[in-house]
Amino acid sequence: MNIGTRKILDRSFTAVGIGSIIVMALALMIVVVPIVYNGIGAVFFTGTVEHRKMLQAEFSRGDSQYLSSEVASSNRYRAKVYEMLTGFEAELETMAPEKKAEYQAKYSQVRTALQALLGPLPGDPEPMLTRFKYGQTRWEKAEEKLHDLLYESKWDNTNPDVMGKEYFVNRAIGFEGTSLSRLFPYINENLEKMLLPEFTLYWGFITDSSVDSHFFGGIWPEIQGTFFLAIGAMLFAFPLGVVAAVYFTEYARPGFLNSMLRSANSTLAGVPSIVFGMFGLAFFINTMKVSESKSVIAGALTLAIMILPTIIRASEEAILAVPKTYREASLSLGSTKWNTIATVILPAALPGILTGGVISLGRAAGETAPIIFTAAVSVGSAIGLADVFSSPTPALSWNIYNLASEHEAATQIRHVQYGMVLALVTIVLLLNLSAIVLRARISKKLKG
Amino acid sequence: MLMITDVRNTSESVPVPKTTREIYLPPQRSTITGGGAAHIAAREFSVYYGDFEAVKRVSADILSKYVTAIIGPSGCGKSTFLRAINRMNDLIPGCHTTGSLLFDGEDIYGKYTDEVLLRKKVGMVFQKPNPFPKSIFDNIAYGPRLHGVNDKKKLMEIVERSLRKAAIWDEVCDRLDKNALGLSGGQQQRLCVARTLAVEPEVLLLDEPTSALDPKATAKIEDLIQELRGSYTIMIVTHNMQQASRVSDSTMFFYEGILVEHAPTAQLFVNPKDPMTEDYITGRFS
Repeated sequence: MNIGTRKILDRSFTAVGIGSIIVMALALMIVVVPIVYNGIGAVFFTGTVEHRKMLQAEFSRGDSQYLSSEVASSNRYRAKVYEMLTGFEAELETMAPEKKAEYQAKYSQVRTALQALLGPLPGDPEPMLTRFKYGQTRWEKAEEKLHDLLYESKWDNTNPDVMGKEYFVNRAIGFEGTSLSRLFPYINENLEKMLLPEFTLYWGFITDSSVDSHFFGGIWPEIQGTFFLAIGAMLFAFPLGVVAAVYFTEYARPGFLNSMLRSANSTLAGVPSIVFGMFGLAFFINTMKVSESKSVIAGALTLAIMILPTIIRASEEAILAVPKTYREASLSLGSTKWNTIATVILPAALPGILTGGVISLGRAAGETAPIIFTAAVSVGSAIGLADVFSSPTPALSWNIYNLASEHEAATQIRHVQYGMVLALVTIVLLLNLSAIVLRARISKKLKG
Repeated sequence: MLMITDVRNTSESVPVPKTTREIYLPPQRSTITGGGAAHIAAREFSVYYGDFEAVKRVSADILSKYVTAIIGPSGCGKSTFLRAINRMNDLIPGCHTTGSLLFDGEDIYGKYTDEVLLRKKVGMVFQKPNPFPKSIFDNIAYGPRLHGVNDKKKLMEIVERSLRKAAIWDEVCDRLDKNALGLSGGQQQRLCVARTLAVEPEVLLLDEPTSALDPKATAKIEDLIQELRGSYTIMIVTHNMQQASRVSDSTMFFYEGILVEHAPTAQLFVNPKDPMTEDYITGRFS
């Protein structure tokens, strides 16, 4: 091959390589940027006075004096709205029956939209669910609800060949000629004064329990549950995995049984995680009865079984990568095999073993399927360390799925879902980062 | 007398190893016979890697406190023979031996031999310097700690004595807590010698200790061997015939697993008995 062709080949390969890296980076950006942007929105957002009321009532947090002055000033603007409502209700009574029925239906829609926007109206019974006790706590949501109030959504189904088309009708037109027609421009203009939006930094999103299935409050139970499960899994899997790796590399005689065990181990690493979940339910809970039903310990054991093959493989490779000369040096000084392993081989293999361990820890933190049947509940409070043997826990991975797909008002709490995803991604990233740092420090110490 | 045999397994009724009947055969091609002073004695000793006989029926006496050089072309079995003495070949799967190899009259490959005790008495320095990735102090103290010395002051004494014996004390005394891998290759190799000396062996096996070093470091190692001569039984495998003639009292020449000639160094290099030896030392083949 002549020089020209070789150079062209090298260059084109470089170009292809760089191109594929750019494509991957872009794909990653497309996924990560919305997660980060929306996730941060769970902590940094424009909160309304309703948010501050909620904090004061549910978590006794915030300056109560300042809050009462705020509530007073917002109530001054809200009072006018309530006045208009009572005025219109009086007007309804004077109307002809068929006209009254027509307006009644429209009016109750307006009331519902107003309740969503501002919270319970005067004369409403005290709501049972916390989510109905407050108006919109986030300004961007309030703007959506304002739109719902001002415009009625209707579906255009005139053409049977295509899907229905949504269109909006201005509600104000429906109330033309009544006293309520003034309500819409008034709210449109004065919503800010009624809700007092303010830049809010809500650290409680990370440290608070959730209120009313994640309508308000934070995700601390999930974060704590994730840590319990991942660290619990590590406590079982890491020592077992390292011991197994030492056995495979140092003690096992090569032979049929050994190669069977090794290939079984590799196969186990590729088993779908839902299978581990079923196994955990069948074995740890139904057969071994480690707990009455779902519990942190059952979930941690299941995750441990899942990450065990990875830890064994990583440790095996780290041990095999230790130079033979270390072993020779130690043995030639009259060291026993066990002593050589404990004082020379394992310390030298430690960076590799730890890297495998931390990567597995990240995987344990992120897995959903194994904990569905063994440990996870969708809503719950943070559990104490003493309860890990008996009680289940909410966990980030499971609740991301649950809130996004099974929650009765999934669209209302997008910010919580994104916040959870960001929290999980951050935890896994931090774990991997700490693995890199740890590895670098130990390697540096070993290299001198 | 029983020094490398596991005492728990010995009693008066232990049968004498079968191999002893061969011990008193005279060495075949060796002009050195030890009589009582043989520290290591090989009788019809062979080492196999699977079916391949790497060392072929070697009989020789290695005299106590002598420096014995082993020379020969690559692949002639000299390293294998050396590593057989402290049973480092045990690490290689499929390696086994026949005949007998005696250390202080005890069979190194005997049924009840404790290879850990043996290796404590027969230290080894390898071709490539192989300090542990630990501090200089911990490297030297590794052996004594293994054998039960934990007193800090006593360890310090041992470390200093070993480093002085290995002629490296002056270079490292102010950085004992630094990682040993930060030393130069020659220093590392002398550190390895010191580490071996720290367990107070009787025999020192050097497997091409200077082949990875530059001439200056090589000279230092050779000086070190001269220093240690007379205190230890030293065996050194080398490719460098000048080195063998400089440092050794007696020399063994191996060719294709066979011990061709074993004679006092002066005699072997000046007046070799075997024409093959002559060809090799005059550089007609290598």
